[in-house]
Amino acid sequence: MSPQPQAAVGAPLSRVDGRLKVTGRAKYAADHKPDGPDGVVHAVVVDSGIARGRITGIDTGAAEAEPGVLKVIHHRNAPTLPYGPNPGSLNLPGQRLRVFQDDQVHFHGQPVAVVVATTLEAAQHAASLVKLDYAVEPSETDLAEAPATGDPVTYTRGDAEAALQSADVRLEMTYRPARNHHNAMELHATVAQWDGDRLTLWDKTQWVQSPRAELAANFGIPAANIRVVSPFVGGAFGNAARAWPHLTVAALAARETGHPVKLVLTRRQLYSGVGYRPAYEYKVRLGSDRRGQLSAMTHELRGETSRYERFSERGVLAPGQMLYTTPHVSQTYRTVALDVNTPTPMRGPGYSTAAFPIESAMDELAHELGIDPIELRRRNEPENDQASGRPFSTRRLRECYTVGAREFGWSRRDPRPRSTRDGDRLIGTGMATAVYDTLRAPGQAGVRLDADGTAVIESSTSDMGPGTYTSMTQVAADALGLTVRNVTFRLGDTNMPTAPLHGGSLTMASVGSIVQDGCDKVRQQAIRLAVEDEDSPLSGADPDTVVVRGGRLHLKDDPARGETYRRLLARNDLTRLEAMGSWTPGQSRSSMYAYGAVFAEVAVDARLGLVRVRRMLGVFDAGRIISPKLADSQAIGAMVGGIGMALLEHTVTDHRDGRIVNANLADYLVPVNADVTGLKAIYVEGRDDEADPLGVKGLGEVVVVGVAPAIANAVFHATGRRVRDLPITAESLL
Amino acid sequence: MSTETPESAASPPARSPSTPSRRTFIATTTAAGGVVAAGGLVAGPALLGAQEAAAADASPSSRVSLTVNGERHIVTVDNRTSLLDLLREHLDLTGSKKGCNAGACGACTVLVDGRRVNSCLILAVRLEGAEVTTVEGLARGERLHPLQQAFIDQDAFQCGYCTPGQIMSGVGCIEEGHTGSADEIRESMSGNLCRCGCYVKIVRAVEQASGRK
Repeated sequence: MSPQPQAAVGAPLSRVDGRLKVTGRAKYAADHKPDGPDGVVHAVVVDSGIARGRITGIDTGAAEAEPGVLKVIHHRNAPTLPYGPNPGSLNLPGQRLRVFQDDQVHFHGQPVAVVVATTLEAAQHAASLVKLDYAVEPSETDLAEAPATGDPVTYTRGDAEAALQSADVRLEMTYRPARNHHNAMELHATVAQWDGDRLTLWDKTQWVQSPRAELAANFGIPAANIRVVSPFVGGAFGNAARAWPHLTVAALAARETGHPVKLVLTRRQLYSGVGYRPAYEYKVRLGSDRRGQLSAMTHELRGETSRYERFSERGVLAPGQMLYTTPHVSQTYRTVALDVNTPTPMRGPGYSTAAFPIESAMDELAHELGIDPIELRRRNEPENDQASGRPFSTRRLRECYTVGAREFGWSRRDPRPRSTRDGDRLIGTGMATAVYDTLRAPGQAGVRLDADGTAVIESSTSDMGPGTYTSMTQVAADALGLTVRNVTFRLGDTNMPTAPLHGGSLTMASVGSIVQDGCDKVRQQAIRLAVEDEDSPLSGADPDTVVVRGGRLHLKDDPARGETYRRLLARNDLTRLEAMGSWTPGQSRSSMYAYGAVFAEVAVDARLGLVRVRRMLGVFDAGRIISPKLADSQAIGAMVGGIGMALLEHTVTDHRDGRIVNANLADYLVPVNADVTGLKAIYVEGRDDEADPLGVKGLGEVVVVGVAPAIANAVFHATGRRVRDLPITAESLL
Repeated sequence: MSTETPESAASPPARSPSTPSRRTFIATTTAAGGVVAAGGLVAGPALLGAQEAAAADASPSSRVSLTVNGERHIVTVDNRTSLLDLLREHLDLTGSKKGCNAGACGACTVLVDGRRVNSCLILAVRLEGAEVTTVEGLARGERLHPLQQAFIDQDAFQCGYCTPGQIMSGVGCIEEGHTGSADEIRESMSGNLCRCGCYVKIVRAVEQASGRK
């Protein structure tokens, strides 16, 4: 088959769903109203006020007396739900929380009742009237105080202890990245409607299969009975992947009251009702020679999880195994079970956590040895993946360093800490390396080319913000030879062909390849139809010489000879051509990762300790870029997220009762507009053809990974103070 | 309050809701001479009609007349209802978003009598006679407001959830004249959080629409 001309892919297209989003017509979960005469009633969750114990009494009298209240559901009146196994889901080892099935309290903020009322105001007020009595048991919510539980995950290469003993230079540091909450702007919300034993959910989800499978298991009904619809997701960053307990609460409330129910968690409830990036203690020891050649590195991690489920993430170990040439590596990863709700992956999961200690440690070593931080990394740049022994499919990290150093003006940097001032401000620059797995997964997409020359492609993927609608439209437009205007991509409905989870930066590689496959098939059908059609100008032509452009099939070398899809289909009495696209990633012989080099300049008020990021640059090797305008937004947006991780974000827990005291957006600080200036992203050219047919590696995660350590390293350079706990607050610099 | 004398129906209050007075709490006006939106009366779902009437007996409610995007509405609202919930749950205007319900995120920003407010923080009963503009009321038919177009051109959003609030806030920012510099825009737009991190491009969009660039 002749390669299609690429017109849409690589073009700086504006979002195809932009108009819907700027006019307020894009429908997010809580914006949906079920059809039918019944309208919707409102559910408000009541959550526990203790971290551990039993509910000994529940008084719903005042709540039920409130006008408009239909029902208060809790463990004493809720039906027993099957809660069957849910294999293949994102549920974790342990036992998932079973809503209203017993009197046990596992964490502060656990859903313990739900009030359903005809109006939101009545439900909210009545929820405040539910009285609970508890038998309180001692709880532990402090990672620093609690012992590890269960067997550690370990990795060993060589003999790290011996190598450390004989190293010229040894460093030992402990870093503490804080717990971070995703805090997407959209509150988690579900509208649930039963029709007999069939259930429809309008849900905030990165994977419509996820709530479907979970509710099928929890209610003991066939998955085929459940439809999940989620056309728009107001940000998620990993938190709308797993199906959380409130989904079951919403479906239960709808079933018990006989009305469609809308349940929207409050901002406060997001801190306990859904997941978060766990806090870690991460101890690094490293050994090197005087030239900075690493000989050994050990990593001892403790990460928080809940008592009822064990959360761990592979990504927190990967960088320590493959990022730098290190003959001797030892890793021990322990989880610490606390009386908290269960963590979940958050943007750049594991990698962004590990990058802070590893990239800070490299900066510390560079300072110790008097070697430039970039040069130190170059000296430890591996030729292959030392964890797997495999060659890298592509690794343009050296190029990222070179381009980044040039564009950032790194050569003008005085390496001495505290060497640059601007009035009262200490100025510093720092850099860090970023890495993230190239993940891929199989799936399907339906492609339909209509007689009017327009196409519709459907796949049950999601668009939490990166621009799936747009990038898939671009891929489809080129593969079909249509203009973008004539292509519609739809997503977010379990009635559509199955797509993988929209997360882990795998959507472009996976769904993109799936969409391209389906569109290639349709195009080839049309070409075959034409060359076999005696009435076609293309009759008898070699199919491999035909391309399609602007909806017109023609010979690649003789554009005058051809015809449009419309004519071809009309003459053959066809209303449409259809195909199912699919793609399954093969076993690769290579090690596949996306990379980046992130640079930051900070100004630190010498007297107040306030840190301000003055500019940042990220240079990324993410393979081929399908949609450059949107890719730029993702990278710059990730820098903003990374500023939060580095300087602002952490939860404050009252360890007496496990309550998070800053569970709101006024006290859990996230970056605001005034915090952000001068962000720039560059993607180095290049494809990764081993990764997938599109040559992309995925970019949503890698762009956040190096941000926090780059800022932390810049703060050290500015002040001479090495802060190993995130976030770096003014207090920590005074 | 029950002893107070209602205002004359012939003189609809024109007071700004930002200066609440007793009179803004009083159910007053009729639709005399105004265009009353069809279905403007508290349009609950059908099943709720009877229950809501019952609820109205017990939970204090008020009649409010206000203009939303140029359409006059007379509604009877539970006194606890925020402007945001009135828009979203009763008037089917779901463009304004709930992000925190506490005035900390700006996703619910609308214009009330030309001033930007967090609609989650203002009670609907305070809005007698007010003119409310939401994101749904910015475009003229298919022609987008220049700031809406600028948001698309600059790619000033990703997930789009904060976007209606950002745009309404940006319209306010421009009308207030806080566009003298990028720094001033940043400061003036800092009540609107964007977790996707589109701030750099939001500033560019406001600059574009304000004619600064």
